[in-house]
Amino acid sequence: MKSAFVTVGTTSFDGLVAAVTAPEALRVLQDLGYKRLVLQIGRGTVAPGSVSTPTFTQEVYRYKNSLSKDIQESDLVISHAGAGSCLEVLEAGKPLLVVVNDKLMNNHQLELARQLHRDGHLFYCTCGTLIKTLQSMDLSTLKPFPPGQPEKFAAFLDKVVGI
Amino acid sequence: MAMVYVVVGIAVFCSLLLAVRFFYTKRARAPQNASVSLLVVAGSGGHTTEILRLLGSLSQSYSPRHYVLADSDKMSEDKIRSFEQKRAELSPSSSFTLNRIPRSREVRQSWSSSVLTTIRSIFYSLPLTFRLKPDLVLCNGPGTCVPICISALLLRLLGLKRVTIVYVESICRVENLSLSGKILYYFSNHFFVQWPTLKEKYPKSHYLGRIV
Repeated sequence: MKSAFVTVGTTSFDGLVAAVTAPEALRVLQDLGYKRLVLQIGRGTVAPGSVSTPTFTQEVYRYKNSLSKDIQESDLVISHAGAGSCLEVLEAGKPLLVVVNDKLMNNHQLELARQLHRDGHLFYCTCGTLIKTLQSMDLSTLKPFPPGQPEKFAAFLDKVVGI
Repeated sequence: MAMVYVVVGIAVFCSLLLAVRFFYTKRARAPQNASVSLLVVAGSGGHTTEILRLLGSLSQSYSPRHYVLADSDKMSEDKIRSFEQKRAELSPSSSFTLNRIPRSREVRQSWSSSVLTTIRSIFYSLPLTFRLKPDLVLCNGPGTCVPICISALLLRLLGLKRVTIVYVESICRVENLSLSGKILYYFSNHFFVQWPTLKEKYPKSHYLGRIV
């Protein structure tokens, strides 16, 4: 079953939760074939309820110790711009749409999301352009994200300390 | 006349310092054993995750690992403990300690009050760093790393221990260094960035691609 996972991270992002669960956005998601929507909403005040119909289910929770299972089970992750979330999703090899919180425009966390977008690893939009982006983006154009290479750092350090 | 006393006093003090430095540096350098003791500065907000990835690639020679974390940081401790648990299964002889100091700067804290709280955490960092006398300090940007690195630098300047300070800027920093990074660019022995834009801006830094 095709499913989308929405995550706002450790704080809240009411704008995103409201935009994704607006009737029009839900219709677009269903048109795209998504039958299941899971939302992690943090400490937000916009808290939509669960929905279960024969054609569509919606699950909502605030926090979990690990989001990795929900990321693994999804076909698309819609996330806030937090660096930790971006990296976790890309490393899991899942298509990612980052929704930027316009209210936090100077937040340094945006630097990473913007760069990863420039490098073609994720899509990028604001709450206002969410629906348009969902309709226009082509997930097959995303480039895979190569893993980091800490072993290069280890080799450098070995040389520095002489072992 | 008073001026002469002051000058002589300073000269005597300086030569004493140099003598102490010479003596201790020689002693500290003498036994080159195979293990490297690490002082690792952890911190919330993804910093701990990144630094554990770096540690994960290091050989068993890097032991013991002394972690320093801010006292208001609960999440890092769990991450460190689970990392170390896996590490212990691979090598029973490896060891670690957890050490807490007051946070030097909360997110969004103002510059002026940051200076005061940083001075406060230096009072905690100094005795800790002097007691542990690590071979290597490894950090990646949480506020706590500035007082720790200042202490390590002092340890070095006094000749008590040849500490190597390694700073790895977080992967999140693409175009601008963090505040800690801007300070420690000048005080670290090896400074790493993970994006080419930063390498261009800070030519003294090392760039090996993404290393976390």
